[in-house]
Amino acid sequence: MPAIRLENLTKRFGDLTAVDSLSLDVVEGEIFGLVGPDGAGKTTAMRLLTAIMEPTSGDAWIDGKHIRRDAEAIKENIGYMSQRFGLYADLTVAENIDFYADIYCEPRRGRREIIDRLLEFSNLQPFKKRLAGNLSGGMKQKLGLVCALIHTPKVLFLDEPTNGVDPVSRRDFWRILYQLLREKVTVFVSTAYLDEAERCNRLALIDRGRLLACGTPDEIKGLMRGAILEIRCERPRAAAALLKEKLANATVGLFGDRIHAVGERPERITAEIGRILAEGNLGIESIRLIEPSLEDVFVSVVAEVGERGEGRGERERSN
Amino acid sequence: MKIVRITAVARKEFLHVFRDYRSLMMAIAIPIMMLVLFGYALTLDVDNVPLAVWDQSGTAQSRDFIARFDGSRFFSVRGTVVNQREMDYTIDSGRALGVLVVPRDFAQKLAAGRAAEAQLIIDGSDSNTATIALNYAEAVVQGYSQNLVFQAIRRNGLPEPRQPLNVKPRVWFNEELESKNFIVPGLIAVLMMVIAALLTSLTIAREWEQGTMEQLIATPVKGPELILGKLIPYFAIGLFDVLLAVLMAEFVFHVPLRGSVLFLFSIAVIFLIGALSMGLVISINLKNQLLAAQFAMVATFLPSFLLSGFMFSIANMPHAIQVITYIVPARYFVTTLKGIYMKGVGPSVLFAEVVFLMIYSAIMFTIANVRFKKKLS
Repeated sequence: MPAIRLENLTKRFGDLTAVDSLSLDVVEGEIFGLVGPDGAGKTTAMRLLTAIMEPTSGDAWIDGKHIRRDAEAIKENIGYMSQRFGLYADLTVAENIDFYADIYCEPRRGRREIIDRLLEFSNLQPFKKRLAGNLSGGMKQKLGLVCALIHTPKVLFLDEPTNGVDPVSRRDFWRILYQLLREKVTVFVSTAYLDEAERCNRLALIDRGRLLACGTPDEIKGLMRGAILEIRCERPRAAAALLKEKLANATVGLFGDRIHAVGERPERITAEIGRILAEGNLGIESIRLIEPSLEDVFVSVVAEVGERGEGRGERERSN
Repeated sequence: MKIVRITAVARKEFLHVFRDYRSLMMAIAIPIMMLVLFGYALTLDVDNVPLAVWDQSGTAQSRDFIARFDGSRFFSVRGTVVNQREMDYTIDSGRALGVLVVPRDFAQKLAAGRAAEAQLIIDGSDSNTATIALNYAEAVVQGYSQNLVFQAIRRNGLPEPRQPLNVKPRVWFNEELESKNFIVPGLIAVLMMVIAALLTSLTIAREWEQGTMEQLIATPVKGPELILGKLIPYFAIGLFDVLLAVLMAEFVFHVPLRGSVLFLFSIAVIFLIGALSMGLVISINLKNQLLAAQFAMVATFLPSFLLSGFMFSIANMPHAIQVITYIVPARYFVTTLKGIYMKGVGPSVLFAEVVFLMIYSAIMFTIANVRFKKKLS
């Protein structure tokens, strides 16, 4: 039995389809990433799966329980961290945790140990008496995670948990998630950061409510049509502008001080690039073939769907 | 329904109130302030109506007549005017509420045994006060002329006539006819209605606004557990406010409490559950703190102030409005409190009111539970 199963799950807000016939299976004990740009429908999907929002049509089961028929039973066994900080800013770290422990009716016996372990594991122990509102962004997210884990849920839903969190805290946060895997917790996490998506066991790319691709990060990367050439040169801006204008059969993008050119036949494109840049009197430092990153795949897949003229319409603003 | 969850919500809600001095202020300071403000300002007693006199007669008789007014506790003569212009000015400027004009021939007419006339001009812009002042004036004049008649009879050596009819009024419940004795108990009821609904009107809306509700509805907490947990702290604060108000009525306003204190608090308990639940219903439906607070204020203050019989007697209202007053819960609380304070009556007399309050509270509490949904819309 999959930990999470979606079958044609759909949510419409008036004319807007936020989640469009989404079908997925999430295996028990994996970290599954829901990846998409802002407004792709990630938050709505989270809310449907945590049974706090009614779907327009379609079904989904969490640990075998149906999101509409067994909504309250689902809530016993899941942990949820909303995108916006959802704890009480005027309560201390310890008070917030105790509150959620009571809400989940955690027995008093043994509760101290669970809380201490979670505080230890999230490095929040020294901040127990601090008001939640006075924590840094990263610590707030860790507190949210502790409150969502207090009842050792089977499935954990995290809606963009590292949004606006500094890189060090993000790494910390993921370290904690990996530890959870050892305890057989299924983690369903949404993110707009593609570097984070690569940390997932499997992921689903969604845009405008639709599933674009689903698989392991490597499988997803395999979807990439063509190859990526990375060009380093003296004046990358000028070179990129020139290539965008003159290079046929390839998409050109500037990534920092490097230029990426994506196309079907790398050898021909390399020659072409050499010619164009030489004509423009722009020196080339290096051209090499690189592994596609998820970002490249994402841009390519979204562009491809766009070219096919599908999914046009207003984008949902999830927040 | 789990007690652990209810107490957890109640404890959390207490912490919110105690850590936010503004909500604490609203809960404690506002009732005191309003009670003092209204308790002192809302007096319907008409005493010492300021009067000016235009004594055109200037005789011993006219001075005696004027002294009758000044000597009563209803009027106080504040000055004299000597012409039409001054008289107009005195009334226009509000220096006096009335001018007593004694004409030039007042003493002569009296001496000749003819009917003497005097004129009383009253500022009628405040019709209530004017009516009362006119009644007082009539009583003063009646007494004065009766006195004159008796004097004349005695002078002529005739036997004093018996009065054909002599009514001896006796006022019950509020012997001194002091308005504070009925205003303060009614005020407690009106205040509690407003404060209670206002207190809870913020609580659910705040959770929706701050995003904490989304987290909470994803847990197994039940709607009734949340609602009960949220009611408990505000119920305690509300009861504390009632205690405060009763103590102020006793020691600040000296309003006699004739009935049972226990009965008073039992009614307050029933009423508070209803009023607090109504605040929750508003909060649940509006999901916005500002809107909810404003709505709670308007929905409770106006009806309880105008339609509860607190200030304006329901019996004097047009029939259609009288019908509306039946659905104003403060009406029953006002009647009960006035009954307990002034008449000292108990549940046997106030049975209907108690039942109505119970129904109201049960309905409000049920609506709050039914309307609260653990879903985002």
